[in-house]
Amino acid sequence: MLTRVAQGLLALMLIATVNFLLIRAAPGDPVSVMAGEAGASDAQYVAQLRREFGLDKPLSTQLGTYLGRVAKLDLGYSYRQQQPVLKLIAERLPATLLLTGSAFALSLLFGVVLGAMASKRVGSWLDSAITVVALVFYAMPLYWLAMMAVLVFTVQLDWLPGFGFFTVGSDATGLARAWDIAQHLVMPSLTLALFYMAVYARMTRASMLEVAQMDFVKTARAKGVRPGRIQRSHILRNALLPVVTLAGIQAGGMIGGAVLTETVFAWPGIGRLMFDALLQRDYNLLLGCFLVTAAVAVLFNLLTDLVYTLVDPRIELG
Amino acid sequence: MSLPSKNSFWRRYRRNRGAVFGLVVLLLVALLVAFGPLLASHDPWDMVEQPFLQPGQTAGFALGTDTMGRDILSGIVMGARISLLIGVVSTVVSLLIGVTIGALAGYFGRWVDATLMRFTELFQAIPSFALAIVLVAIFEPSVKSIVVAISLVSWPPVARLVRGEFLTLRQRDFVAAAQLAGQSTPRIILTQILPNAASPIVVMASLMVATAILLESSLSFLGLGDPNQMSWGYMVGAARTVLRQAWWMAVFPGVAILLTVLALNLVGEGLNDGLNARLDGRT
Repeated sequence: MLTRVAQGLLALMLIATVNFLLIRAAPGDPVSVMAGEAGASDAQYVAQLRREFGLDKPLSTQLGTYLGRVAKLDLGYSYRQQQPVLKLIAERLPATLLLTGSAFALSLLFGVVLGAMASKRVGSWLDSAITVVALVFYAMPLYWLAMMAVLVFTVQLDWLPGFGFFTVGSDATGLARAWDIAQHLVMPSLTLALFYMAVYARMTRASMLEVAQMDFVKTARAKGVRPGRIQRSHILRNALLPVVTLAGIQAGGMIGGAVLTETVFAWPGIGRLMFDALLQRDYNLLLGCFLVTAAVAVLFNLLTDLVYTLVDPRIELG
Repeated sequence: MSLPSKNSFWRRYRRNRGAVFGLVVLLLVALLVAFGPLLASHDPWDMVEQPFLQPGQTAGFALGTDTMGRDILSGIVMGARISLLIGVVSTVVSLLIGVTIGALAGYFGRWVDATLMRFTELFQAIPSFALAIVLVAIFEPSVKSIVVAISLVSWPPVARLVRGEFLTLRQRDFVAAAQLAGQSTPRIILTQILPNAASPIVVMASLMVATAILLESSLSFLGLGDPNQMSWGYMVGAARTVLRQAWWMAVFPGVAILLTVLALNLVGEGLNDGLNARLDGRT
């Protein structure tokens, strides 16, 4: 377990280093931007600023300082929004976690159920239908699906709100408030979930078909174990292993996908923040969002490894 | 497993109905790229008619016009070129990176393998779409920066696949024979082992083109497309704020992406069947 945590930390260090290099590569020297905003651009002032921010030191020293700051959760300052980057991100994190968390649960649940149903009767119409649905959602651009959902369920049918986190101007509290947010969550969450559902359904189906060929399943059949029980506790349980691995990798990617859904639905999460940072070319904020996203992804990967040991007692974390 | 003969390949490929459908769609897209300009001759950036023309109501503008009176069909035709171009080029680049790293790791094993694979795993831990966004934003959107970004986030699965193939293939007798015959290491890697690992790489490549097209369209949707190239993702993105007024601006380019990506995935499955001789025993 310790080595896995160490690996996670190493990945975070790598990401922070990449981030540092990208900041350096970003157009617009931060010092000249600052000097420009202060209304002074004479060489002496710029040189003074460079010293103050340590920009005259060698790159490796600067990297060390940067990593130290990141370790202390100092992600810099957004000059456009006039606020520390970390504060901006912290405000948006709950909305993103609500969106990606619910989408993750939905996609895994539907994906595994559909994949298991399809694998039970290979070649049946149900199998073909599930396969086709999975293929189509797998090929569909996330943002386009989201916009089509808005067209149908908001513009045409007027069933669901297609914009924001809650009804603007509503002062509902308690349960009414939660219900309002839940209604706003339905479409962003489902559109984000459907793509990943397709991934898990395909994986579960393939994995279950593979496990079903194995000797211990034949043994169970020969012993006269009921087919339903074989399906659930023999095949499904073993077939879930690769699905869990994949889910861990995808969960981090889901936050990347959330940039698209949050943009379409004006969902006030990190994804939307990233999109706004893009529009305003606010590089500090953009890279801060990237760093946090990557950190959450690494965390998800670690959690998956933990779940892995629960599903398969044979695996011990070294 | 070397590449099978043409006949048996086609027999197995044709058995997969989805793959045949995918191939037909892909040929249509290729025709669109080649002869599309005859069908829709407008510059996709030019304002050629009234804005917000509904599809099918004005002759010559079958798919309508956008907020600035630009022809949607012309945009889709030009968008097909950029989608396929970026999809194919970035796949080639990530294959180059992935095959190199995977081949070195798999052939030499030991510390080379351990180092390269640790590096690959670390790289895979970074969320790819977020990294692609940041890369393109920092290096300014252009065809080049988009290709670089997509390639950089897409190579790790290739490296892992190729490494696996090389690990098993280098134990085989024909490799030992080549070594005894005094062939150089690069020659063994390139002319002995790589051709034998071609099948799974080809299959993966077709799926990668599909993913690359999705990635490119997502970047363009966010405003990170090459500003000089009309692309499907950009068109959908431009429709976002006028969704209520002009559904057709979003629907048609999205369908184009969906069909192209679907076709590539299906062709990938067909290639998998076609190149897998073991499937011959199956009815």
